[in-house]
Amino acid sequence: MDAGSVILRKCLRALLTLWIVVSLTFVVLRSAGDPAIVILGSDATPAMIDAFHHQWGLDQPLPIQYVVYFAHILHGDFGSSFLDSRPALTVVAERIPRTLQLSGLGLLLMLCIGIPAGVAAALNRGRALDRVIVAASVMGHSVPSFFLAILLILLFSVRWRLLPSGGAEAAHTIIMPAITIAAGGTGVIARFTRAAMLDALRQPFVRAVQARGVGWPRVIRGHVMPNAAIPTVTMIGFLLGGLVAGAVITETVFAWPGIGWLIVTSVARRDLAVVQCIVLLVASTMVLANLIVDLLYVWLDPRMRAPAPEDA
Amino acid sequence: MSEAALLELRDLSVRFHTPEGVVEAVSGIDLTVRAGEILGLVGESGSGKSATCLAVMGLLGPRGETTGELRFQGRLIGADAARLRGHGIGMIFQEPRASLNPVFTIGHQLREVLALHRPDLTASAAADEASALLHRVGLPAPERQLRAYPHEISGGMAQRVAIALALAAQPRLLLADEPTTALDVTVQAQVLELLLRLRDETELAIVLVTHDLGIVARYADRVSVMRAGKVVEQASVQTLFAQPTHTYTRQLLDALPRMTERVAQVEAVPATPLLRVSGLTRHFVPRRRPFRRATPPLRAVDGVSFDIAAGETLALVGESGCGKSTTALMVAGLLGHTAGRIEFAGRDLATSSETQRRALRRELQIVLQDPGEALDPRLSCGTQVTEPLLIHRTGGNRQQRRETVRATLRSVGLDDWVIDRRPHEISGGQRQRVALARALVLQPRMLVLDEPTSALDVSIQAQVIDLLSRLQRERGLAYLFISHDLRLVLRIAHRVAVVYLGRIVELAEPAQLFAMPRHPYTKALLSAVPEPDPAQRGHQRILLPGEPPNPTAVAAGCRFRQRCALALPICAQVDPTLGQTSHDQAHQVACHVAQGTA
Repeated sequence: MDAGSVILRKCLRALLTLWIVVSLTFVVLRSAGDPAIVILGSDATPAMIDAFHHQWGLDQPLPIQYVVYFAHILHGDFGSSFLDSRPALTVVAERIPRTLQLSGLGLLLMLCIGIPAGVAAALNRGRALDRVIVAASVMGHSVPSFFLAILLILLFSVRWRLLPSGGAEAAHTIIMPAITIAAGGTGVIARFTRAAMLDALRQPFVRAVQARGVGWPRVIRGHVMPNAAIPTVTMIGFLLGGLVAGAVITETVFAWPGIGWLIVTSVARRDLAVVQCIVLLVASTMVLANLIVDLLYVWLDPRMRAPAPEDA
Repeated sequence: MSEAALLELRDLSVRFHTPEGVVEAVSGIDLTVRAGEILGLVGESGSGKSATCLAVMGLLGPRGETTGELRFQGRLIGADAARLRGHGIGMIFQEPRASLNPVFTIGHQLREVLALHRPDLTASAAADEASALLHRVGLPAPERQLRAYPHEISGGMAQRVAIALALAAQPRLLLADEPTTALDVTVQAQVLELLLRLRDETELAIVLVTHDLGIVARYADRVSVMRAGKVVEQASVQTLFAQPTHTYTRQLLDALPRMTERVAQVEAVPATPLLRVSGLTRHFVPRRRPFRRATPPLRAVDGVSFDIAAGETLALVGESGCGKSTTALMVAGLLGHTAGRIEFAGRDLATSSETQRRALRRELQIVLQDPGEALDPRLSCGTQVTEPLLIHRTGGNRQQRRETVRATLRSVGLDDWVIDRRPHEISGGQRQRVALARALVLQPRMLVLDEPTSALDVSIQAQVIDLLSRLQRERGLAYLFISHDLRLVLRIAHRVAVVYLGRIVELAEPAQLFAMPRHPYTKALLSAVPEPDPAQRGHQRILLPGEPPNPTAVAAGCRFRQRCALALPICAQVDPTLGQTSHDQAHQVACHVAQGTA
């Protein structure tokens, strides 16, 4: 089996997952109670409820509702916001760039700090530097993000008055939310990179490559790191998928006008079309992130291109 | 051969600083390697052979420490050992595939070494040199191999690649640390012949580290015997084997099974066999995956028939992947069979009721290869030997069970103190005795022994074999003995079945098999085993080309014909069946040429 068919299979699998996500969203939102009562209130008259049902197609049998829902989604129609009647997609789309800015910067920080820290810890295993890095990364991913966010605000905004406590008006307002988002991921990446490096360093080929006269720095860069990259990439993929979802708390605390904040306000206002749109978006990011990881795998690990036959 | 010392070790000691304290792996050894010679460095595991090699390479790691004098071509090697790596001294390791980086192609790894040691080569000259190197180590189709990844080639090919990688740096000395231990015997012969040829062509000196005295006898010029970090004896290979002076060397030589002498005596075998296996077959069908073409089944065992009487040892011998262990698992009832019959004490295992099968299990026990893995690390040895009694609700009350366990442990030569020990607290040989006791505690009539000694050192191996023979005499046990080691098998078995690609190709008594092998595969196998006798070095050897083919693609006709020098047209059409030869009723062979049917 060649690389092409592996990639094709992975893409098909991603599409299948997306379909399951779309269907599950349908089931969950339909089983979470009658939206008419949620929107109109429990004292609404039966006539008002019927009218609402008719307006949103909720009086149709479920299979038909599903087909209509699915057809709409395929056409990029996620319904309209129950509140201001603008298409839900438009409402969500105008917030996307803000979230991308924030999670992009957060991811960049995670990678730029986490990977070198993990590599440095592995190469200095057991020494002071290793212990400091391990301790710092445990702290990084065990401090809850809302706590870190409030701590940062207390220090930098309230006490020292260096940074604004929220909003997105000036460029430097992004600093604190980005640090909050990055802290946990950096710790996880550092620890994981360290473990992957140690594992690769233990492989017999490391000694064999040295025996061929290859110098230590080149052994690390050219042989150990490419092997350690394989498990690390998987883990980063999972982090990537969770970034948008993880932004919910941070964006809310720092009043950052992104998707995370939007979903919190939409849930509070029972704006189901917007919630549904965001859920689908977040789920798709996860699926996409996993697909990218799978494809990176094929590129990084030649053993993935031709899986060994399994026993019966 | 020049007399100048290429590598000289004076009073070399190697210490490792571990959390438990300092461990001295090598204690003050002197060793000389001359240009163009092959020095055999022998010893059992933990004797300091590998530590010596790594010390020379300066690859002991941060916990290792060396004292003493190391000279290469007269110059002291100290902290600058890294300078000599590759170019002065090369090294190859035991696990050939693990010594290649799994994420890069073979070509990439070769070009890296070439760029490092021969910077004068242009890119295209380096590419040519890479394929020339692969050609030199005897790899077919070098161009294709250059693009292959390590997981795509066999272990034997991987060791050739590792040799090519070492040669790329043009070393004067090659340290080969157990280079063939992980390989099959016919492939081992190919790799060792390659090393011999390279020495003859280029005056390359080789330190051949091994635990196998047969390899030393056949390939080394001089031998150093190591034990517990010291060199106990050093001599030319002829002198060492003719007049070993040190007691330890004599013990090693005595412990060694030789093909030319046989210990086991064939006794009168009862007419009714205890175990009768006929047409036993096991195919592994790969799971059908979406978007993929169905793959043909892997024919692990493909029609094997034999029988074993009480008190008899039948050995199944063959190379890895031939189906011998699969057969063992099926006979022990741990793996279902696709076709065929297994009858034990006159009852068919497949048609028996669950209660009957349970009773049969008691009488037919299995002992596995690696006792370190077959024993549960968290349970004490006593508990593990008691467990079968509990499972089969036998052995009386607690007190009686304890007595039975003690008696069984004593019968395998273990004291009561192992009862409370965990497996990691006792030695490998003792672990295998515990595993044996666990199988014997139910008083079985037959044992399936799957490579019971291959994880053990030679001297321990001999003790376990002696123990097995004694138990067989005392209890009239039948053994199905699975092994890849022909020397061992000829020493203990009453009858030997040679297995190739899921079929028995020859079945005979050891004396006949050794003196008059009929099947060409048996002949090659016998010829590939290095006999620990330097006097036989000159003997003509049959080198089998290639490696056993993939059991998913078994060709029509005789399975061995693609590697057979005697193949006739009939061999491509008719699958030969195991039959008697005209000479001897008990000697059966599946070969058209040998049966004279061609």
